[in-house]
Amino acid sequence: MSANVDDTTLAIRNVLREHARLGDAVATLEEDASLYDAGMTSHASVDVMLALESEFDLEFPDRMLRREVFESVAAIRDAVLELQEA
Amino acid sequence: MTKTHLLAALPDIASGVVAAHAAQVDRDARFPVEGIDALKAAGMMGAAIPSDAGGLGCSLEELGKMCAVLARNCASTAMIVAMHHIQVASLVNHAISQPEVRDYLLRVAGERRLIASGTSEVGPSGDMRQSVCFLESMGQDFTVTKKCTTVSYGQMADDILFQARRTGEASAGDQVAILATRGSYVLDPLGGWDTLGMRGTCSPGGVLKARIAPWQVLDASFATVAAQTQVPWSHILWSCCWLGSATDAVEKASTVVRAKARARPGQVPHAALDLSRLTGKLLLMRSVIQALTREYEMIMTSADHADLESLGFALRDNNLKLNTSELAVEIVSDALRIVGISAYKNDSEVSLGRHLRDVYSAPLMISNQRIHSTNASMLLVHKTV
Repeated sequence: MSANVDDTTLAIRNVLREHARLGDAVATLEEDASLYDAGMTSHASVDVMLALESEFDLEFPDRMLRREVFESVAAIRDAVLELQEA
Repeated sequence: MTKTHLLAALPDIASGVVAAHAAQVDRDARFPVEGIDALKAAGMMGAAIPSDAGGLGCSLEELGKMCAVLARNCASTAMIVAMHHIQVASLVNHAISQPEVRDYLLRVAGERRLIASGTSEVGPSGDMRQSVCFLESMGQDFTVTKKCTTVSYGQMADDILFQARRTGEASAGDQVAILATRGSYVLDPLGGWDTLGMRGTCSPGGVLKARIAPWQVLDASFATVAAQTQVPWSHILWSCCWLGSATDAVEKASTVVRAKARARPGQVPHAALDLSRLTGKLLLMRSVIQALTREYEMIMTSADHADLESLGFALRDNNLKLNTSELAVEIVSDALRIVGISAYKNDSEVSLGRHLRDVYSAPLMISNQRIHSTNASMLLVHKTV
């Protein structure tokens, strides 16, 4: 389980590095830090969602498509793990 | 003054003092001071403030209906009132628990203060969720300089609500909402306001230089204020203003068609068919506004306001603006065709020139092109159609 959490976190950080348009900041960002405050625009957040769906081969249901679900690395991981367990 | 008084007084203010000056306000591109003064005297500045906080406690639906009634007579007056309510609602929904803001809201109602919006900014993005300007510490206070592309009735306002980056180091999206109050800011106009329509809103750009006390920086982030209040309230109240212009246009068309019918009883005039189509569009416009207003008010009375920050709500809310802004132009243009040359004349009883010029602003204020592109992007992940 913990290995999965680590792998998931790593994959999420990779997606963010590629698509969140935050520059180098994303590598050092705390798990709970707000990605939006760090500079992720709502436009970039859609790219992040698409890339996450592709990376983890899942689809976020509409109920998850809200700001708080993509607020931080930890929040995204919770959402991904929830969908993987379902 | 109570809500009942205001709601009862409004139709007479609209068809009286507001209507009386509408043509001159439009011609001279001047602030509709007579109408706004009458509305101030009737309590309109505090209409959106809850009654236990010194206001009249009108619901969003009631405020929208009043904007529509005003817009039937003067779209500029209606838009000024709508913009003021949006600023007030931002403070009520996100900062009323801050004691100084609560005191300030009492003064808005009591001193009939008019609040303008400084959300636009000269800069690369044109997106209000990305700021260039930022708060700079100055002792206990802050200073900020913001170059705004448009500030409606900025020179006539008492106070200005705007957003800036939290600090000089903050990212463009890390914004706070800030209230600048009269006496602690200057707004130097940038350019003029000689426009096709909405001339009475007097909305040139401006350079805002303000000194800000700590309480004037709202605790809630601008992201939340924008998503939960400013964007939905703008789309709903602007739509109500456009609905008012469209309603008056349809009413004028209907008067003309009825007169034609009376001249030749027994025959349904051809224009009556066009009027039938037009009435359908007006009904559609009214219904989409009502539906989103109810959905918004329902979410606001529920425990979890974060539903307002879902892609689903954002899509529906954006679609409201797209639909009503396009319908308004369509309806007024159709009405012009039905009425004919007398609607085209500026000096006739059924002139629709000002209506048409005014509603042409609807697809431009926050350009529909931009909103479509935002929706297109959201639809890449949103599943339910």
